[in-house]
Amino acid sequence: MNPALTMATARRILTQLRHDPRTVVMLIVVPSLLMVLLRFVFNSELVFSHVAPALLGVFPFLIMFLITSITTLRERTTATLERLMTLPIGRLDLLFGYALAFGAIAVVQVALAAGLSLAWLGLEITGSIGMLMLIAVLDALLGMALGLFVSAFARTEFQAVQFMPLFVLPQILLCGLFMPRGQMGWLLNWLSDVMPLSYAVEALTRVTTSGSIDGVIVRNLLIVAACALAALMLGAATLRRRTP
Amino acid sequence: MTNSAIIVDSLRVRRGGRAVVRDVSFEVPRGVVTGLLGPSGCGKTTLMRSIVGVQLVEGGTVTVLGHAAGSPPLRRLIGYATQNPAIYADLTITEALRYFASVLRAPLSDVDRVIGEVGLGDHAGKLVGSLSGGQHNRANLAVALLGKPELLVLDEPTVGLDPVLRDELWALFRRLADSGATLLVSSHVMDEAARCDRLLLMREGALLADETPARLRERTGATDLEQAFLRLVRTTEASTS
Repeated sequence: MNPALTMATARRILTQLRHDPRTVVMLIVVPSLLMVLLRFVFNSELVFSHVAPALLGVFPFLIMFLITSITTLRERTTATLERLMTLPIGRLDLLFGYALAFGAIAVVQVALAAGLSLAWLGLEITGSIGMLMLIAVLDALLGMALGLFVSAFARTEFQAVQFMPLFVLPQILLCGLFMPRGQMGWLLNWLSDVMPLSYAVEALTRVTTSGSIDGVIVRNLLIVAACALAALMLGAATLRRRTP
Repeated sequence: MTNSAIIVDSLRVRRGGRAVVRDVSFEVPRGVVTGLLGPSGCGKTTLMRSIVGVQLVEGGTVTVLGHAAGSPPLRRLIGYATQNPAIYADLTITEALRYFASVLRAPLSDVDRVIGEVGLGDHAGKLVGSLSGGQHNRANLAVALLGKPELLVLDEPTVGLDPVLRDELWALFRRLADSGATLLVSSHVMDEAARCDRLLLMREGALLADETPARLRERTGATDLEQAFLRLVRTTEASTS
């Protein structure tokens, strides 16, 4: 582990993005646009306030998953990964570099979407805004870590994109957003229990309804962070110095 | 400390169920330019990947600068340029090289030096993705030159370059060898063989020859190396059939 290499990697990834302004704009603006759209779809501040916190976590999760799985796949297929594996850089330096760069983007993305929702769209939360941001950014990092991990199983960008409906949509369907988790059958409930997004959404909903930071929020935060870290470690295991 | 930069002993590599390198053994002396020649698909790239330590091998050993291939101390000592450019297309040449320089803990002044060495000074601020094929290749080569490596493993570095640039690069390889670096350069163009101090000729995963260009001409009685290679292939085929 070498912080200088992690920083250099993060800087390199952000510089790559800087040369692609259209992607940057979409990354930062799209979640906010979706929040605006949602507000007018429900056409009621009350219903919006009920659903919005969960989506502040879901949108960054989804977008980061997509972006990271494509970027890392590109790194694998263009042989830059092979080159890096011959150089004195640790796999974790590389992965934490990714986490840092995409984490920074997630902060901007979430801050804008949350700020907009709170200021103009009528979202009201009783808990702390900082906590809401923290959970949403962790969510984005979870999406990033999962995207990194599954990119190892894709050979082409077509396959990588298809992992989104496969790995992400079930989590969104089962996280309690469409149907309270308690009302699902035992199998779906169990599935929902093993999916990290469920804990993130539960924590986000709790932050908006209760003023204090209770044990459940802390536990859920730890679960999401642990899952993100585990996915990152699994991702590290898929970066091989030697390949067939 | 051995005198050889690379020692390959009974190396065998299978890729996709096919034997790509078949029981190859040779040594590469330090401070010279060794050419790895042979037709496309003969196993040159796989052999080079084994030397830089990114190839899963089936058997045999590869020792590089006194260490097992792929071991951590080698990662600062080897400059490796893959045949397909492995350099970020969405960065400028300078930005991409800066990143690799920081990974190697090489001074930032190295970036300008290597850009100059491969003759891309006028294009330093251009996006790698917008370069022509030959320029792209040279940018890829520049990465391998960062940080004064002791061993350079260059896979087809001159492919697609015009004769003038090719000549300049070979002059650069010569200067690097004169300053003490060891170079292993692959090519499928026989006229580049004459520029090397030693030659490794490969065909279908096996080593046909490991000697100096002069010895090869002498042994086969051919004046040009293309002919020498052909005669070698025919005599080996005649002896095995």
